[in-house]
Amino acid sequence: MSARRRKTVSAIAEGLCAVAVILALLPLAFILFYVVKQGASALNWAFFTSMPKPVGEPGGGMGNAIVGTLILIGLAALFAVPIGCICGIHLAEYRDSRFSSVVRFAADVLNGVPSIVIGIFAYGLAVLPVKRFSAMAGGFALGLLMIPVVVRTTEELVRLVPSGLREGALALGASRSRAVFTVIVPAALPGILTGILVATARVAGETAPLLFTSFNNRFWSTNIAQPIASLTVQVFTYAISPYDDWHRQAWAGAFLLVMIILVLSIVARLAVRRLEQMNRP
Amino acid sequence: MQRHFDKDIEELKDLLLRMGAMVEDSIMQSIRSLLERDTALAQEVISNDDRIDQMELEIDRRTLELIAKMQPTAVDLRFVATVMKVTPELERIADLAQDVCERVIELNREPPLKAMVAIPRLAQDAQGMVRAALDALVRRDVSLARSVITQDDSVDQQTEQSFRELLTYLLEDPRNISRAIRLTFIGKYFERMADGATNICEMVVYLVEGKMIKHAYGTAHNR
Amino acid sequence: MTITIAMPSAPPGTAAVREIESGAAKISVRDFDFFYGSAQVLHGITLDIPDQQVTALIGPSGCGKTTFIRSINRMNDIIPEARAKGTITIDGRDIYAPGTDVVALRRRVGMVFQKSNPFPKSIFDNVAYGLRIGGLTDKRSLREHVEKSLIRAALWDEVKDRLDDSALALSGGQQQRLCIARALAVDPEILLMDEPASALDPTATTKIEELIWELKANYTIVIVTHNMQQAARVSDRTAFFMLGRVVEYSDTKTIFMNPKEKMTEDYVTGRFG
Repeated sequence: MSARRRKTVSAIAEGLCAVAVILALLPLAFILFYVVKQGASALNWAFFTSMPKPVGEPGGGMGNAIVGTLILIGLAALFAVPIGCICGIHLAEYRDSRFSSVVRFAADVLNGVPSIVIGIFAYGLAVLPVKRFSAMAGGFALGLLMIPVVVRTTEELVRLVPSGLREGALALGASRSRAVFTVIVPAALPGILTGILVATARVAGETAPLLFTSFNNRFWSTNIAQPIASLTVQVFTYAISPYDDWHRQAWAGAFLLVMIILVLSIVARLAVRRLEQMNRP
Repeated sequence: MQRHFDKDIEELKDLLLRMGAMVEDSIMQSIRSLLERDTALAQEVISNDDRIDQMELEIDRRTLELIAKMQPTAVDLRFVATVMKVTPELERIADLAQDVCERVIELNREPPLKAMVAIPRLAQDAQGMVRAALDALVRRDVSLARSVITQDDSVDQQTEQSFRELLTYLLEDPRNISRAIRLTFIGKYFERMADGATNICEMVVYLVEGKMIKHAYGTAHNR
Repeated sequence: MTITIAMPSAPPGTAAVREIESGAAKISVRDFDFFYGSAQVLHGITLDIPDQQVTALIGPSGCGKTTFIRSINRMNDIIPEARAKGTITIDGRDIYAPGTDVVALRRRVGMVFQKSNPFPKSIFDNVAYGLRIGGLTDKRSLREHVEKSLIRAALWDEVKDRLDDSALALSGGQQQRLCIARALAVDPEILLMDEPASALDPTATTKIEELIWELKANYTIVIVTHNMQQAARVSDRTAFFMLGRVVEYSDTKTIFMNPKEKMTEDYVTGRFG
């Protein structure tokens, strides 16, 4: 192949790649643009602090939903992080055992289960028996969604820890579990935190499982045994309503959600970068 | 940074110096045995030569080991090369001192020839050159080495002079022939000791400056 | 290029046993085989490693020298499917005997790896690691041990004012000396070094070599190296490995000046292949 032809082919291939990248990024750009355009204008201080107002009354906010979302995420993390981290560390340490491949497969399946199904499951398990929607049930549903993400990110990032560190610890007379907890986990800590952040970002935007579990609450509530408001459900409720004022609020809520997820993702990315730097020779 | 290799080099240098001192002793004693007609001393020098030979073997062994194990480079390499060239030179000088003593023993079986003038001076000068060459090596003193190299010409002249002196004895009386010839040999031995000293000095210049100056007569390096 | 190499046909044990001197062996290896799954990587290794000397293992890539050195502290145990046969005794005790406490063994047999592997902790905590997992908690005692180890590893002067800094901030050569200090801290009797200087520049390499030379007064040192000159410089004894067998094991001088085996000669002169 002549040099000229090679260059031409290369230029065409590069061009195609660029087009594909642009096509992939366009929807994201549009969503961001639209959400920012619609949402930013509706955002004000009262949005963060006020309670929803009845229809027809202007103003009001989503203060209770913001707090509710935080509580739900907190509950989910409380449930999912210990389980997810331990599983993830196990998978990374005993990557080739049969049990590990079963766990890994289970995590992947759980990750693929539609969130509405998870919601129904949590409904059956945590709502029906007590006959009451509750923040706890919502946290449980979100936690189920979080677990596979925490497991797989933790596994991947613990694996990034250079094997030399493990060997170094073993060679000094550390037992395997000792090596894991004194050297490998501390070294992977930024990675594990990243896994948690990524999982949090993933569930912060979930609506479907909450519809059956935490339901919604028009009032200020921090009682985890009671139904609780959340940003996503509130956005859903407002968005399908016929009122312009509520539509504006829904946009603001959507904007806030996107921002939360964006910030979490950026923080996670920075943490991974630090871990990768440690890996360099 | 101190390298354990430096210790090996230091030890090698000490061995070389000890060998140098032994060779110097041999020369000195050979001269004394010549001037004082001391057959016992001459025999002592001859029997001592064995120790010098052993020393040469020991230095050779260590030098090869050093090359095999340490792969010396730059100044270390020049040092090791210098040792390898200087050691046989010293050994040869010691052999010449031994040869002198053998001739002395033969001479002592006959009455002394008339007073010699040239040979003792030649012997002193050759001994001085060997000593100076060793000094130059120890101190890595290039200017001293170069001055020793220039003395070689005057030693050559003295050898020539001693030869003429002995020639007159030869012509004077046929009974002098064997003694005069033996003395001629002795003159030649000292002259070759001086040559050895010159070779050592050439290696000193190589060691310090990295320049090989032998076979470069008449060029600027030589002077 | 395909190379067919005829192995010396002596039955296991005979050639090497000749070299064994009585009494002074710290580590005795007899008919040691090693397998990864069904692949045999070491064949009938038999040699004695003397106390307070440096023994170098040389040989082409894949000759088994790294597997062998990692057998001495049973680091290969963590590899699934790995299996050992034959005996390795340290001070007369078989380290592959059932019931051997591997953790205790590894405290007696320190190891330094090819790639320096300081923990992402402070310099102090790195050196103190082995002491702490050994149960030492007294601050003063820890401090003394850390200082002593860093001095022995010739690193103290460079780090004494920044013991609390991250070990990852050190240069490559310093990191490797830190790893040596870390290994020395638990007071091992044997120090295994798997190509400890292969990733270092010449100055750092010289420092490590000098260190090895000094350490041998107190430790039995086994070093794997790809660098024959390094083996020549630092070791007292050298074993030449090839295709999982010991071809020749002798004084380093002999190996580099007058090897008995043609194969050794070809390898050390670089005529190999």
